Amino acid sequence: MIIKAFFSGFGGQGVLMMGISLANAAMNKGLHVTYLPAYGAEMRGGTANCTVAMGDEEIASPVASEPDYLIVMSSPALSSFQNKVTSGGTIFINSSIIEARPLRQDVQSLCIPCTDMAQELGNSRATNIVMMGAFVKKSRIVTPDIYLKSLETIMGSRKKSLAEINRKAFAAGFDYVKD
Amino acid sequence: MNKVLMSGNNIIGEAAIRAGCRFYAGYPITPQNELTEYMAEHIRSAEGGVFIQSESEIAAINMIAGASAAGLRVMTSSSSPGISLKQEGISSMAACELPGVIVNIMRGGPGLGNIRPAQGDYFQATRGGGHGDYRTIVLGPATGQELADLTMDAFDLADKYRTPVMILADGMMGQMMEPVIFKKPHPRNYPEKFMLRGAGNGKSKFIRGLLLDPIDSEGHNWKLARKYAVIAQNETLREEHLTQDAEMVIVAYGTAARIAKGAIKRLRDHGLKVGLFRPITLWPFPEMKLRALSAGIKNFLVFEMSTGQMLEDVRLALQGYANIDFHGRPGGAVPTPAELANVVAKFYSKID
Repeated sequence: MIIKAFFSGFGGQGVLMMGISLANAAMNKGLHVTYLPAYGAEMRGGTANCTVAMGDEEIASPVASEPDYLIVMSSPALSSFQNKVTSGGTIFINSSIIEARPLRQDVQSLCIPCTDMAQELGNSRATNIVMMGAFVKKSRIVTPDIYLKSLETIMGSRKKSLAEINRKAFAAGFDYVKD
Repeated sequence: MNKVLMSGNNIIGEAAIRAGCRFYAGYPITPQNELTEYMAEHIRSAEGGVFIQSESEIAAINMIAGASAAGLRVMTSSSSPGISLKQEGISSMAACELPGVIVNIMRGGPGLGNIRPAQGDYFQATRGGGHGDYRTIVLGPATGQELADLTMDAFDLADKYRTPVMILADGMMGQMMEPVIFKKPHPRNYPEKFMLRGAGNGKSKFIRGLLLDPIDSEGHNWKLARKYAVIAQNETLREEHLTQDAEMVIVAYGTAARIAKGAIKRLRDHGLKVGLFRPITLWPFPEMKLRALSAGIKNFLVFEMSTGQMLEDVRLALQGYANIDFHGRPGGAVPTPAELANVVAKFYSKID
């Protein structure tokens, strides 16, 4: 069984970090994993996206033709990629800045006001981690413990205060999604 | 050593440094920039490590030739158009019998093409690429782990045969992150007599590719040819996947082989007996191993992200032994496993 998640948003929103942190967590759980970023003429404010494939078997193609999960952080991301999601899949929407909703009836959508929630915690740059909290809760691919430990490992020895904000942001997103 | 998640470009860089690469020169080009960046950041932490962002690709290949002559383990990297620029230097390294590793993270071509993953440089890589009678060993990794292992092996092969070795991957392999464990590299075994270290009190040494006397030059060509024959005899690598009961075998390398594996899984779920033959060394091509398969399997499909280049090597191995079909997606297009499965199923339905 292979699960694919596709992350998309503006460059600078930490979209690639969302994918890298999930991929690391999946690896630390012992899953097979690939992470593939869109690369090329990418820049701050432009589009950024990446795909994470995770599973209990060898992963053939790292490309997500029909991802199970779509995580959109900006309006263009939702309009560009909502049709990629597999039928029955889930779309996570940063509803702080995305007004539109998916036109499809065959997917579940979850609206999380990540940017507002991050601002309330005092750092809007943690928007992506709020979203990851919601994603980890809903998808149940990795446990919160593994995710947070992996996140701290890849953030390395950067500011300690950052780790604290990330933990809070993650918890806020995690608690926002009800079982 | 723990498992770490790294991009293909970074894996090559880390494996190279661990293998003892102490001189890297390169010039930026997408989709291999992260490799140059990694070397800039990390080779200086290794004792004696030198990184140079050269003024051009041509400068880079000549710098590594010089450093190789002086006895260092050396590497340069680029992507398709940049590799074309390096060809004169690679030919020169082959002529001078200088070890070195050249990484080509292929992109769409010809010309400047685009920056998407492609496999259009197979001919250039496996036929020598530059002028003159020479070959380069060409390795075609398909996973992050193989990128690490084959990069280390590339340095050993380069020393063992005193020849340039190319790692031929594509933009997908370079950009994709996968978990990897770095193996312990072998200690370097390269005799001092091949290095230029200043004459001191000893005899003068020459390393040169200019041999004006045709008889000397002919002798040198035959000497190289004998070396290539030994490499062809001893150094082929390939993977066979589900070929035991197969009615049809896909022949593919690198990223294309990964996609093929995904397609095979789908096809097998529908009861189609399809397997994979994956050359890992592209030169020397594992010709005899492929031909051996044709004793029991009569249908082969070559799949490449090109218009059909490895196809010619497959024909040399299988023409007259089995049916050979081809499917290609050139110019930076990467098909999905589902698409390839549909194509293969059509060919499969024609088998009697």
